[in-house]
Amino acid sequence: MKPFRFERPENAEGAVATLTASGAEHARYLGGGTNLVDLMRLGVETPDLLVDVARLGHDAVRETDGGGLRVGAAVRNSDLARDPLLRTRYPMVSQALLSGASPQLRNLATIGGNLLQRTRCAYFTDTSLDCNKRDPGSGCGALDGEHRNHAILGHSAACIATHPSDLAVALTAVGAEVLVEGAAGERHIPMPGLHRLPGDAPERDTVLDPGDLIVAIQLPPLEAARRSSYRKVRDRASFSFAVVSVAAALQCDEDGTIRDVRIALGGVAHAPWRAERAEEELRGGPATAERFAAAAAAELDQARPLEQNAFKVPLARNLIVTVLADLAGVAA
Amino acid sequence: MTPVSAATIDGLRRIEGRDKVTGAARYAYEQQIEGVATAVAVTSTIAKGRIHGFDAGETLAHPRVLEVLTYENAPRVAEDADSEPELAVLQTSAVAYHGQVVALVIAETLEAAREGARLLAVEYREQTPDVELSDSHPGLYKPDKVNAGFPTDEGTGDPDRALEKADLVVDAVYSTPNDHNQPMEPHATVATWSDDGHLTLYDSTQGAPMAANSVSKILGVDSGRVRIISHHVGGGFGSKGTPRPNVILAALAAQALGRPVKLALTRQQLFTMVGYRTPTIQRVRLGANADGTLTALVHEAFEQSSTIKEFAEQTTTCSRVMYASPNRRTAHRLVRLDVPTPSWKRAPGEAPGMFALESAIDELAVAAGMDPIALRIANEPDVEPETGRRFSSRNLVACLREGARQFGWDERDPTPGVRREGRFLVGSGVAASTYPARRQPSSATARANDDGTYLVRIGAADIGTGARTALTRIAATALDVDPSRVVVEIGDSALPFAMLAGGSMGTASWGSAVVKACRALVEQGGGEVEVDTKEEVAADADLAKHGFGAQFAQVRVDIDSGETRVDRMLGVFAVGKVIEPRLARSQLIGGMVMGLGMALMEEAILDPRTGATVNHDFAGYHVPVNADVTDVEATWIEEEDAELNPMGSKGIGEIGITGAPAAIANAVFHATGRRVRDLPIRLDRLL
Repeated sequence: MKPFRFERPENAEGAVATLTASGAEHARYLGGGTNLVDLMRLGVETPDLLVDVARLGHDAVRETDGGGLRVGAAVRNSDLARDPLLRTRYPMVSQALLSGASPQLRNLATIGGNLLQRTRCAYFTDTSLDCNKRDPGSGCGALDGEHRNHAILGHSAACIATHPSDLAVALTAVGAEVLVEGAAGERHIPMPGLHRLPGDAPERDTVLDPGDLIVAIQLPPLEAARRSSYRKVRDRASFSFAVVSVAAALQCDEDGTIRDVRIALGGVAHAPWRAERAEEELRGGPATAERFAAAAAAELDQARPLEQNAFKVPLARNLIVTVLADLAGVAA
Repeated sequence: MTPVSAATIDGLRRIEGRDKVTGAARYAYEQQIEGVATAVAVTSTIAKGRIHGFDAGETLAHPRVLEVLTYENAPRVAEDADSEPELAVLQTSAVAYHGQVVALVIAETLEAAREGARLLAVEYREQTPDVELSDSHPGLYKPDKVNAGFPTDEGTGDPDRALEKADLVVDAVYSTPNDHNQPMEPHATVATWSDDGHLTLYDSTQGAPMAANSVSKILGVDSGRVRIISHHVGGGFGSKGTPRPNVILAALAAQALGRPVKLALTRQQLFTMVGYRTPTIQRVRLGANADGTLTALVHEAFEQSSTIKEFAEQTTTCSRVMYASPNRRTAHRLVRLDVPTPSWKRAPGEAPGMFALESAIDELAVAAGMDPIALRIANEPDVEPETGRRFSSRNLVACLREGARQFGWDERDPTPGVRREGRFLVGSGVAASTYPARRQPSSATARANDDGTYLVRIGAADIGTGARTALTRIAATALDVDPSRVVVEIGDSALPFAMLAGGSMGTASWGSAVVKACRALVEQGGGEVEVDTKEEVAADADLAKHGFGAQFAQVRVDIDSGETRVDRMLGVFAVGKVIEPRLARSQLIGGMVMGLGMALMEEAILDPRTGATVNHDFAGYHVPVNADVTDVEATWIEEEDAELNPMGSKGIGEIGITGAPAAIANAVFHATGRRVRDLPIRLDRLL
């Protein structure tokens, strides 16, 4: 592993100042380290400087005015998953967290770090292979290589990787805001706007600038989220990244008309994918399996599957339908 | 034959269990050696070609890096090392596969060695590799023989004609992918040369004495000057059966530096440097009369090896043992590709072979409208089909019947694809298991101590199986004393020469020597004796000796996602006398769980252009986790067989994996009506 400097500042401002003033070519914030340290061992990340941000005090879950939640970026995944308010008001977020990694990793991993974890595309994590994300201009090895588990939506010729976070998918459905401390002060980034589609700059996972530090996640009050769930499909029963996942929330009027619906997909794109077309199709109409299927089809109309992952289109469709039907209490 | 209930299984607890869970048990890499340097292997990033040059400038400029060894400066190995090309490391500029060792960086610390490895630039002259197995590859050939010395092809009668005339025909192609051993403890070695030219290796091996012999040959050192110590081994599954490159690398590095060197392979390197199970493509053709009686059995396997070594897995030999058929042909064809060299993985041959054969038998049962257990019983042979030899014991039918009873098979509706539970389709399947029961000569000493205890010494290996505990029981029984009065020393090539832990032969081979030594000691009335079993083994009756079993699986398949989960597995085995019930159950279950992994998830993927193993870590190469293994039970029927060895035992290390994938695949068919013939049964194959 390449030698690096390690700093432990007192607060967020200090962390941002330390990182931006360091002059280090490759500086990284260190949260739980469950992804970054692996990547350093593999030589994928070679930072000169690590700034520890796990002990800046952003470690509380607080109720906000109006019934939302503010989650400190350094809260551990396990702690947030079992938070009673989160489990009542946003069950899909708790379920998403618990579907990720293993208990040991969830005990260490932070919420901010979870959102900023890197893709598990094998071409990205092996420095002997071509990857535009790791080494811009080297080419995408996955495009003509192994890509069963890659993107079907929003990908580019430069990159077909998917974002691995389960939490980010649920937060995208909620419409959470990411609070960022940067060189120019604090700003709010609404999900899914944090993560980028790859375009011709896949080396940039997010819209964050160098030095930007996530300090908290804000979950707005959302009545629909009380009836929500997260469904993750994977190649084994636990400790595996999503092949496809769906976070969905559904709120219906007494006559069965859909008042609010939220749908986000994981495992299908470079960013968590908010299924806005499907949501639009559904709002204001009855909650039936037929309409769920039509909405899923409308969303997946945009899909551009690759040679080895065409199965993700029917898989995503099936999941959208079955999760919504379950929430609506109708037969899929 | 009495069935054994899982609830009553008892026996000794693992002798070294406490040491292992408290960390007191030292594995190879954990040995504390004064002045030891740390090595890290650098592997090729091309699959075919030559090394054009190294730029080690930055590596050697690292203040804590000591040396970079390559083919340009590494000590030479013995000339006759050509017989083990995988062990002739750092001797040539040629690259035969992606992930082959090309350099070794040695440093004061692991961190410095890894950084030095990262900084080492290797330039190649690359050629286009050929890494894809197919059943029409122009390079396919018939090897002289297949592993364990079996004939490449054999058969009887005229199976083609019999197939033409058969009432029922199954003709299907099955495939299995590259499966990896991946023991928890990686391959690791600490090497020390003494001033007078003696080499001591702390190594993770399945057989220290045989490994020491191999190493002495490769290095051209007198065999009395190589000692391998291997007290604890964190799994091997065949991949530590013979020395792997890490052993020679560590020895060469210690020689070059004149100080001790330690080396552990990384998880990624285990995917290319220590062997794996060849992928197979298998065509099985069964012909049968309308009543299910087999008239033809054809089993042909296509498989691969590397360009530097012929490794011909004995994939179809199970079809020479399992069922009676007047017409039979079994065959193997091999192609040499620019891929890592395959090697032994738990039940080599039987594991992939029984997936294909037992899937085809299930297909025949469906075609015949017969219960698959009844079909198997109808085709039970009187003698071993290939050789006509009598079976020393064969209780497959008893296992099938007892398993059916315990599993509740009789209540099963055979109609596929009709049992719905919520969003799942549910089904159950059965398959047979088999594995040879053999033994090899070994030697042992036994000594009576003045305090009433006994010391038994043998160069055996406990790779996590519980061998140390089982041998303690065997010795205590032969001495007619309580096991607490017996100490068994194993895991050292300085101990009496013994068979390795492989081929399910360990306990049978070692136990024979231990019993002989202990009986001789009793007869002698004390003191110390040394024995070997060459004569007994040479005089073994020429019979067909195999363990058998029946495996049952119940699965659920999600209709939305195609995800398959195994709700229940039951294995009932006939494996002679079971020596340590608690440990035996654990080992059989371990094999079945590995079979579950083979059935549903294990699959190493090579990039067809570069030959790189793409998913070379545990995030990409899935093995079963606890959540996948909900209810697995293994039991056995008591089997008396006096023609095996003094214990009356058959090996149990491998039989558990055989048949398990077919039982699961057959259950998936029963659940869904879809026959998946390509492993693993991924969700996209059922969607």
